[in-house]
Amino acid sequence: MPGDIPVQELYVKAPKIYAKKVSGVFAKLRTSAMWLLLGWYYLAPWLTWDGRQAILFDLPGRKFHLFGLTLWPQDFIFLAWLLILAALALFFFTAVAGRLWCGYACPQTVWTKAFMWMERITEGDRNARMRLDKQPLSFEKVRKKTAKHSLWIVFALFTGYTFVGFFVPIRELSTDMVNGTLGGWGWFWVLFYSFATYGNAGKLREQVCIYMCPYARFQGAMFDKDTLIIAYDEKRGEPRGARKKDAERGHDGLGDCIDCKQCVHVCPTGIDIRDGLQIACIACAACIDACDEVMVKMNYPKGLVRYTTEHRDTGKETHVLRPRIIIYAVLLFTLMALFVYALSVRTPLRVDVLRDRGRLYTATSIGTIENVYTLKVMNMDQVPHRYRLQASADVPVIVKGDLEFEVPAGEILNIPVRLEIDPYELKEATSTVSFRIESIDQPTLVVEESSSFIKPANVGAR
Amino acid sequence: MSLTVSLYIMALVALNIAGCWWLLVKTKNLKADEDASGKVNHSYDGIEEYNKPLPRWWLYLFYITIFFSIGYLVLYPGFGHLPGVLGWTQTGQHAEEVKVAEEKVAPLYAGFLAKSVADLGNDQAALAVGSRLFGNNCATCHGADAKGAPGFPNLTDADWIYGGEPETIKQTLTLGRQGMMPAFGATLDEPAQLAVRHYVLSLSGRDHDAQLAAQGKSSFDTVCAACHGMDGKGNKMLGAVNLTDDVWLYGGTHAAIADTIKNGRNGVMPAHGDLLGEARIHVLTAYLLSLSADQK
Repeated sequence: MPGDIPVQELYVKAPKIYAKKVSGVFAKLRTSAMWLLLGWYYLAPWLTWDGRQAILFDLPGRKFHLFGLTLWPQDFIFLAWLLILAALALFFFTAVAGRLWCGYACPQTVWTKAFMWMERITEGDRNARMRLDKQPLSFEKVRKKTAKHSLWIVFALFTGYTFVGFFVPIRELSTDMVNGTLGGWGWFWVLFYSFATYGNAGKLREQVCIYMCPYARFQGAMFDKDTLIIAYDEKRGEPRGARKKDAERGHDGLGDCIDCKQCVHVCPTGIDIRDGLQIACIACAACIDACDEVMVKMNYPKGLVRYTTEHRDTGKETHVLRPRIIIYAVLLFTLMALFVYALSVRTPLRVDVLRDRGRLYTATSIGTIENVYTLKVMNMDQVPHRYRLQASADVPVIVKGDLEFEVPAGEILNIPVRLEIDPYELKEATSTVSFRIESIDQPTLVVEESSSFIKPANVGAR
Repeated sequence: MSLTVSLYIMALVALNIAGCWWLLVKTKNLKADEDASGKVNHSYDGIEEYNKPLPRWWLYLFYITIFFSIGYLVLYPGFGHLPGVLGWTQTGQHAEEVKVAEEKVAPLYAGFLAKSVADLGNDQAALAVGSRLFGNNCATCHGADAKGAPGFPNLTDADWIYGGEPETIKQTLTLGRQGMMPAFGATLDEPAQLAVRHYVLSLSGRDHDAQLAAQGKSSFDTVCAACHGMDGKGNKMLGAVNLTDDVWLYGGTHAAIADTIKNGRNGVMPAHGDLLGEARIHVLTAYLLSLSADQK
């Protein structure tokens, strides 16, 4: 009967989650990770190297400075490579230990944790917050909410300012902000990232993980029955039920779960781990800490909720070394080694050869053929270099132009070069010529580039 | 855009926006037959699912996109042929950006204009700007190294067809030049052309037949000397080239010279006054003179 079917909204107001403070081994681990990651984030732009900001992504200048390394747009392959490495690392760690990333290292988790801490010191823990939200408007409520949002806004502004500081020298940015000389776009980005921080860590929180995050959706593909997961020991816990504190263990046929709902109350995504493995679980292990605390109080063994694997849970053996892990590991470490090698042998010199396209060739008064090229010599090093240019082909070549020149650090110089070849020496209408640019002060800096040399298809008899 | 096409586009756009709205309203309430645990009462190939509604703000995002599209269509062109109330156009934006760029470089060029061409020759910043102007505007014909090509003079030697004073170069750049060597195929017969060619080669000290050259001199003196001068050194007022320096604008081979005498030549240097303006031509002149400075 269609009339009896309840109308269920496709969109409902997201329920607010009041995560309870939790302490324990994994809470300590998460806090350490937060200090390490946020500390690095806020301090990194202040590091200096060789008189300039050590980490600076200079977008207008198209140069990424990473300590002693300056990457140019031509080095973009390294970024692609780095992203592939990051993806592979994520796959590897997911296959071995599940959602480690989500629980301990993801910026969403880390900033949310920081924001939750500010929430707790201003509004109190779970119960106090729930009470406060139910209260009618009062001076106390306004005071606490204002304190929380003020803390959040200051922290968010500091985050946005630091983020922009990775792209604009942070010392200049600071003086510009203080003196009021920062341009409109500078302010826009600072405020944009502040707002994004405030919105993500203050308001959206678990909704990002549940409804927006692509990794949360596809991480299941890396899972197998040997992957580390957080699970509730159903065999031991069920049937769950409340009991008197001094009741004997196993009394009334009850399992170890006293149904205190601590695991639900501490969960930052608002799920019940006892329902089994689910997509909303970010594997933060807060429920483990909460449950262990209760188990200790009850004088039950710890680990009713614990890190385990599906195989272990079903009484089988867990295999750490399995084809999936080995393949990910081999791929990851091979690519990483290649990446480090490629980066270490990278030549900070690049030459683009542009053949003049205005005309194919020029005939001289003595009947030889000339082609003109523009060499764009990019000194990608952090010091100036003096270079020597040579050109060669299978036949004798006369090179006309500056054969020695200096390029300042991080600059591009245009060097026009004219090559002259006797066309009777050349068999083909188009032949290859190669340019060799070598640093005089550092002979290991060598680049060879080739281009075409074009002569008339028919030069007639000599 | 014809009115029919415009109306068609308007109808499509309106229909799409209305369709999106309808779809949202129609689907936001789902009839779900679920049990107490929130599990939907159906099973496909043994797969069951919970009803997990999305947060409501997602729905609001969809509504916002609809309001945004309407706002966009009011402000910017997009709804048929209507221009949008902001009056934005691509060409207008380009003109605006050019204006901003010109304002930005104006002080730089004002500084360059305040200096003489000779002073700019020692100004590395001006020469760097000049080299880029050359690369963008001149290199296509004269080559990236400015050494020219047949028909396009070498700008790095000290040989100037119209004269190498700053003012003359500026005039060449601003107004352009029409170089014209008349065809003498009708005036001179074949043997006379051959003789003149050998005489011209002799002027530059090139390999030639002395007898033919001697014959050619009389033709040269009556025909060619009018422009190139009795001594063959040319006339910068007319743009008649110097024939004694072994510099050949259209090629110095026998065949090329024979072709020049018989069929004449037409060379065009386009006017750049409107394109570049006074200040850029000033800088470019200094750059061009710097190219041939070490040749003098």
